[in-house]
Amino acid sequence: MAALEIHNVRKEFGSEQVLKNVSISIDSGEFLILVGPSGCGKSTLMNAIAGLEPVTSGNIYIDGEDVTWRTPADRDIAMVFQSYALYPSMTVRQNISFGLEMRKVPKAEREQAVERVADLLQITHLLERKPAQLSGGQRQRVAMGRALAREPKVYLFDEPLSNLDAKLRVDMRTEIKKLHQRLGTTIVYVTHDQVEAMTLADCIAVMRDGNILQLGTPDEVYNNPVDMFVAGFMGSPSMNFIRATLEAAGDGYVLRIATPGEDDVLLPWPSERNVAGLVEQLDKPIILGLRPEHFSEEDVRLSEQAEGTLMEAKVSVVEPTGADILLRLPLGEQEITARVGPKCAIAPGERLSLRVDMARAVLFDAETEQRLA
Amino acid sequence: MANVIRRQTPAARLGRGLLYGVLILAALFYILPLVVMLMTSVKPLSEISAGTLLSLPQNPTLEPWAKAWGEACTGMRCDGIGGYFWNSFAIVIPAVLISTTIGALNGYALTKWRFKGSELVFALMLFGCFIPFQVVLLPMAQTLGWLGISSSRAGLILVHVVFGIAFTTLFFRNFYVGIPNELVSAAKLDGAGFFRIFWRILLPVSAPIIVVSVIWQFTQIWNDFLFGVAFSAHNTQPVTVALNNLVNTSTGVREYNVDMAAAMIAALPTLVVYVLAGKYFVRGLTAGSVKG
Ligand SMILES: Nc1ncnc2c1ncn2[C@@H]1O[C@H](COP(=O)(O)OP(=O)(O)OP(=O)(O)O)[C@@H](O)[C@H]1O
Ligand SMILES: [Mg+2]
Repeated sequence: MAALEIHNVRKEFGSEQVLKNVSISIDSGEFLILVGPSGCGKSTLMNAIAGLEPVTSGNIYIDGEDVTWRTPADRDIAMVFQSYALYPSMTVRQNISFGLEMRKVPKAEREQAVERVADLLQITHLLERKPAQLSGGQRQRVAMGRALAREPKVYLFDEPLSNLDAKLRVDMRTEIKKLHQRLGTTIVYVTHDQVEAMTLADCIAVMRDGNILQLGTPDEVYNNPVDMFVAGFMGSPSMNFIRATLEAAGDGYVLRIATPGEDDVLLPWPSERNVAGLVEQLDKPIILGLRPEHFSEEDVRLSEQAEGTLMEAKVSVVEPTGADILLRLPLGEQEITARVGPKCAIAPGERLSLRVDMARAVLFDAETEQRLA
Repeated sequence: MANVIRRQTPAARLGRGLLYGVLILAALFYILPLVVMLMTSVKPLSEISAGTLLSLPQNPTLEPWAKAWGEACTGMRCDGIGGYFWNSFAIVIPAVLISTTIGALNGYALTKWRFKGSELVFALMLFGCFIPFQVVLLPMAQTLGWLGISSSRAGLILVHVVFGIAFTTLFFRNFYVGIPNELVSAAKLDGAGFFRIFWRILLPVSAPIIVVSVIWQFTQIWNDFLFGVAFSAHNTQPVTVALNNLVNTSTGVREYNVDMAAAMIAALPTLVVYVLAGKYFVRGLTAGSVKG
């Protein structure tokens, strides 16, 4: 049975539709991540799940029970807010035990819960402090502790790590992952961070303008995006979108990338990836999506039997990131990004032969931006 | 401002000196009436008629204060303003407490439990701040009559509460707007209700604005004359009305020293409140928000 089911939920503020028919269903113990550009309705959806904002229509079920019109307190949900929202006049201890106190848990049990959570998050030495006396990372942990003190059916985390510095963020990410593995509670989590989304999620929902565009595993969303928006939104640096024309070649297809002043680049489309719809796109403009890591140096052998296709281009910018090197190079009318190994010795202006892993390329309709293959 | 870096050139020092000189003069000018009042109130009558306003008292005496407190005539009765002083307290304290409490609850509800039309309610409340007292005298008198509390302390308290709510609501509303809504959301998820959230989460951080509200209401109500004179009987008059009667009751020689002493007595509580809490008043007025 689904731990959390959101069924055709709409939310309007006045005349503005902020959520347009959102439906999601996740199983008990799953980690769902909501991503999407700012203002797409992620926080609104969280508030709707928590019961802080009434929905305009639709239903929300938790453990199979319709909670659409229940108060936040009756939904058995704990939430970590982006701003932490620690009660400023209470000590850390009081902050953590407040929810238990409101639920009339006996004092001894409350103390136990505080100790357990403090131990888990390593904030025992901070218990008597007020929130104002804590660093950002410590506050974040207290906010987490406040949620963890209870054992609700669902945890909601709205960008809990967004205020932390990069290092702490990575640490906390790992801690959250461990926590989830240990507790096994259903979690809905909002983030803007690609890596957070990919590493934490069992399931990612990509939102735009109040719609869920794609709901799937990180692998599906990353490697099998439903449209150009999802493809471009997930991954950093983002996917290269290359204007091309689909042409017939033998019994298969080839992608012709018109290059001003030079020979056109021809990339054969792998025959095993032919789909029925492609025929209709023949000789029409089409968008080829290639992620930076779908390029590699010529001498790097692609895995398995895949050979890849070779192409050559003049590198315009070289950006070493440490772990690897990002190259900017022109392809057709646009400039693309390729990711190569850190050993690649190349200077701007030199020509480089790159292997393209067409087996992982994706094709989009140039007009509707929907996925074709 | 101790950490402003500035080179101490002679010209700069001279400028400083001038600045301070002007400021001190202005301060002296401002405090002069009070000094004159205080000096006059401890002079015997003979000295007042002989000397000038600014001459120092030769034989200071507390006689005029005692008289103003216990014997001076206010209209028909001659038992000083002491009784009315306590009258004022009996009116002011409940009125301040009630209007501040209601203002706090209003501000809380208007910001953290928005409902359809809450903006309109607030706009109307704001409008209430601009209603001149005179406009409501007659309707208020009628209302108090209907309620059967005209000329009573309860009646005066009600009038002041009704008038004060507009201001206290404004204060608390503007203060609570700056407190993150997530605090309330978190408390709701934790299972707390309307009053519990107010009591446990909002109120503990409201000290600055409570001080503002209390000082404002205290001085407004204490200094009120119009409502006091319109809606009180002789035994429920506030001290401002009694002071007016005292000064206007002529029994031969005008006793300026007694008048001044009475005026000082009437002004003392607001002075004390300002001295004790003025610092917090300014702080509270400027405090934008409490960061969670
Ligand atoms: N109380 C409200 N009244 C009117 N419009 C609102 C209200 N709350 C949110 N909105 C609008 O709803 C849209 C979605 O807001 P929401 O906070 O859900 O975005 P978000 O996806 O969480 O963005 P971010 O990533 O920046 O946090 C925004 O356009 C916002 O202006
Ligand atoms: Mg948000």
